[in-house]
Amino acid sequence: MEQIIMWLRQPWPWYVAGPLIGLTVPLLLILGNKTFGISSSLRHVCAACIPAKIPFFTYEWKKEKWNLVFALGILLGGFLAMTFLRDGTAVTVHPHLVNELSGYGIKDYSSLIPADLFNWQQLFTWRGVIMMVGGGFLVGFGTRYAGGCTSGHSIMGLSSLQWPSLVATCCFMAGGFIMANLILPFILSI
Amino acid sequence: MLKYLLAGIAFGVILVKEELVSWFRIQEMFRLQSFHLYGIIGSAVVVGMISVLLIKKFGIKTIKGDAIVIPDKKFHKGNIYGGLIFGLGWALTGACPGPLLAQAGGGATVIAVTLLSAVAGTWVYGKVRERLPH
Repeated sequence: MEQIIMWLRQPWPWYVAGPLIGLTVPLLLILGNKTFGISSSLRHVCAACIPAKIPFFTYEWKKEKWNLVFALGILLGGFLAMTFLRDGTAVTVHPHLVNELSGYGIKDYSSLIPADLFNWQQLFTWRGVIMMVGGGFLVGFGTRYAGGCTSGHSIMGLSSLQWPSLVATCCFMAGGFIMANLILPFILSI
Repeated sequence: MLKYLLAGIAFGVILVKEELVSWFRIQEMFRLQSFHLYGIIGSAVVVGMISVLLIKKFGIKTIKGDAIVIPDKKFHKGNIYGGLIFGLGWALTGACPGPLLAQAGGGATVIAVTLLSAVAGTWVYGKVRERLPH
């Protein structure tokens, strides 16, 4: 038993975690004909809280309540795993990345979320505002414009052979490569 | 509804345990310094694809006995423009919407700001939607 818990607390290898993620697709289909997708929950929140008579937000969001419950579950799951299922070891990443980030003063690898970048003090700096407020905005705007995110397009969409999802996934990756390699270095040096 | 809550909890736990919620890991991925996240997304798609094939081949039904229907996604230009915009945000925050929720639940409290900003981004999209190319 102790060994199982020890194993659970280590980071899981990709060949365990990936297939488990993939199984979410048939799980949700079999539980109730639901197509896996997470970014829609952000739309339902808008529809439920601030529809402001915008046609895009005036629909029966209550019919999609399962998606909000699922999103709440992810939040709880994140809490449980980060609180009880971490063994306290630092995140190990490629030495080149460690080297690059140390140039921007990012040296704390104790948490999955870099403590040097994402904290309340940083929120009052330009770098923090761009990364947290700006980044979040791009995620919310972009996923809805694209009609889905990594779950809805890259996993659910590709699993069911939808070619628009392949286009979207390639664009997600392209945007990520552009930001990480060409733009982020400037933002991190602010 | 409880079943969806449990499914969400399991999914959130997996996201944390595979470190998909980590900004560091996302940076590695976009610098081609690690296979980890490619392995995860790749194997998830393969397992998802096989599952969908099996569901279709054997006519597997939902637990209530309904036929399983997967709606087709229609292509529009937003798949490209929106996709690029989301990609930029993904590399900035180190999180797509799922991990963003998991981070907000278990990580730094300040991630709540990022999450609210994502809701704001979705709202603004809804507001200006008709003026954007689709």
